[in-house]
Amino acid sequence: MADKFLDCKQLRCPMPIVKISQTIKQMSPGETLEVEAIDPAFKADVKAWVQQLGHELVEFTNGAVQKAVIKKVR
Amino acid sequence: MPNDTQHPQAASTIDPALLDYIDKTVSAKLDEQFGAISGQLKTTNRATIVVFSNDLDKLFAAFAIATGAAAAQMQVSMFFTFWGLTALKKKTVLKGKSITEKLMTLFLPSGPADAKPSKMNMLGVGQAFLKHVMKKKNVSDLPDLITLASQLGVRMVACQTSMDIMGIRKEELIEGLDFGGVATYIADAADSKITLFI
Repeated sequence: MADKFLDCKQLRCPMPIVKISQTIKQMSPGETLEVEAIDPAFKADVKAWVQQLGHELVEFTNGAVQKAVIKKVR
Repeated sequence: MPNDTQHPQAASTIDPALLDYIDKTVSAKLDEQFGAISGQLKTTNRATIVVFSNDLDKLFAAFAIATGAAAAQMQVSMFFTFWGLTALKKKTVLKGKSITEKLMTLFLPSGPADAKPSKMNMLGVGQAFLKHVMKKKNVSDLPDLITLASQLGVRMVACQTSMDIMGIRKEELIEGLDFGGVATYIADAADSKITLFI
């Protein structure tokens, strides 16, 4: 169970990444964020964003609704 | 030249105080040498975008990239020149403008909500169609994206020379802008990792 949940099912690029960024900023290192999204670019974007900022993609589930669990590292 | 790997016993026979002295001297020398060029190595984690166009699709791309870069914790500068300036308009003022300035004002879009697509505009039918499709697919609309960019701390600079040419007044533009010329853009672009012209 993630520490926080973010619903991005109504959002399109660039909004999911913007919302994730804003939410992660409010969290402490070690905490996890679960995100649900439908944007086709979501998988590629969340992977790139996590790698660029040095966080960790703990889990990713494909599907009509994609689910990502991100761990804030620093 | 002998080194530690060929003569592992060498290090242990040297006075530790001497080793310490060598370490410190080498370290100080390196700092001195790299310090001199560190200024040239400096690049800020910044993205700089020149917004030249006022086409709806291109403005959308510019602001999507700007907000995406801000979300990646980059500093972002957007430099608005020529047609791009109309994306920053909040109202139209005709009073006090010359005839040519009034004409310019009337022929230009009144703001971001009035921006037309670069292709398939078809006298406004394409504009309405594209906006409809984007709304249906939950894509943020352009005015919202501009507000968001501003909230995320994106620096927006309006080119004063273009404003003068096109008869655009400061009071016609949104709040929170910086004003400048090409040197302002160059100063930001020079230490940017990403620069784009849209």
